[in-house]
Amino acid sequence: MWMKGSWPRLVVALALIASVMAGTLAAPALAGPPTPAKGQGDKCVAPTDWMRRNHMKGLMHHRQRTVHEGIRTPQFDLNRCIDCHQVKGDDGKPVTVSDSRHFCRTCHDYAAVKLDCFECHASRPGETTTTGGLEGSPHGAPGAGDVASLNRYLEGAGR
Amino acid sequence: MTCKTDSSSCGSGGSCGCRSGSEAAAHDPVDAGRRWFMKAAAAFSTTVLGPGVTLLAFAESDAAHAKPADQPVSSKQRWGLLIDAGKCQDGCTACVTACSTENGWKTTGHPETDPQWIRKLTVTSPQDGSSFSMPMLCQHCAEPPCVDVCPTGASFKRADGIVLVDRHICIGCRYCMMACPYKARSFIHEPLEDQKPYAPRGKGCVESCTMCVHRVDAGGIPACVEACAKTGNAAMIFGDLNDKNSEIAKRVATYRTTRVRADLGTEPGVYYQNI
Repeated sequence: MWMKGSWPRLVVALALIASVMAGTLAAPALAGPPTPAKGQGDKCVAPTDWMRRNHMKGLMHHRQRTVHEGIRTPQFDLNRCIDCHQVKGDDGKPVTVSDSRHFCRTCHDYAAVKLDCFECHASRPGETTTTGGLEGSPHGAPGAGDVASLNRYLEGAGR
Repeated sequence: MTCKTDSSSCGSGGSCGCRSGSEAAAHDPVDAGRRWFMKAAAAFSTTVLGPGVTLLAFAESDAAHAKPADQPVSSKQRWGLLIDAGKCQDGCTACVTACSTENGWKTTGHPETDPQWIRKLTVTSPQDGSSFSMPMLCQHCAEPPCVDVCPTGASFKRADGIVLVDRHICIGCRYCMMACPYKARSFIHEPLEDQKPYAPRGKGCVESCTMCVHRVDAGGIPACVEACAKTGNAAMIFGDLNDKNSEIAKRVATYRTTRVRADLGTEPGVYYQNI
């Protein structure tokens, strides 16, 4: 008789414990994967899965070729990433990396990987440049949609 | 010879990169006649060539053979500057302003640590008081002492002769600043923000004039040269010293030019006239 009467209480207690535990598990730090701002174009300069794992290699490879050899192809140009993935702030201007909504920070904060690109590089698009060096579509770059040729590009000539 | 700086970007008189060697010769009495002739010759060529607009057109045609974006720079080119101090106006800082705007640097408020991408100097002879004005910047040496001393390879010379700092691998030791006879390099002491997208720069690295490498790679000319032409003084020409048909190579072949501290054997890519 006592057991029967206590069922509802037990259920309520269990539900309470479950909700507390769920609450703990659902703390902000353990929220699901971040959803970084989408770029403005139709597609990225490489398949999204590839970019998630290899964007840093692409940038590193490109930087070497750009700084030392003057190769300024658009595909892994950091400025183009910044242009395409800009996030507008409350004032309508693109946010800098000091704002947690910044495209790069969304994931880097989640993965706790420190970003030091922006100690030197601009983290938001500048005014129109006078260089005229922005012709050409990054999407037309060789291997833009082909993972095998992207990997060959990274391994290419040991650069 | 003594020298002082016009712009606020150079602090003490001693840090302006000016030496007494080659400039002193320009004011010898023996040289005065030749100097007059050079000035007359320069004036004549200006008449024939037309004003600054024409000169800019020449500079652009030099750079018109810009390489395709996916090709590396080549040693077929040797980019250089020719600066005519006879046309450089005292008090004009158009080149300095243009460089600052293009590359996003400004005074730090501490003259000792100000960026030294480009600065205007007034060189005065203590003997007769005569003086001239000229910009001083990275001389883009063929044998750059800054590259010799760099322990990490961050200071390097591109195949086309432009001397740069790879800030990715610069450790900020400042050996290159000590090695540079032109005092053309400076160190960034404080954190920066809102840099120009095409001119990344940040705390802890050494920097200097890049000859507007982002413009040159796109077939353009340095911002200082463009600004100087716009003022009508047209004291600066940019071009390929290796191309015998370029305006700069023709002038260097025709007129008497000076390279600052040529005695050091650094083989600068920046030539001066009338200094």
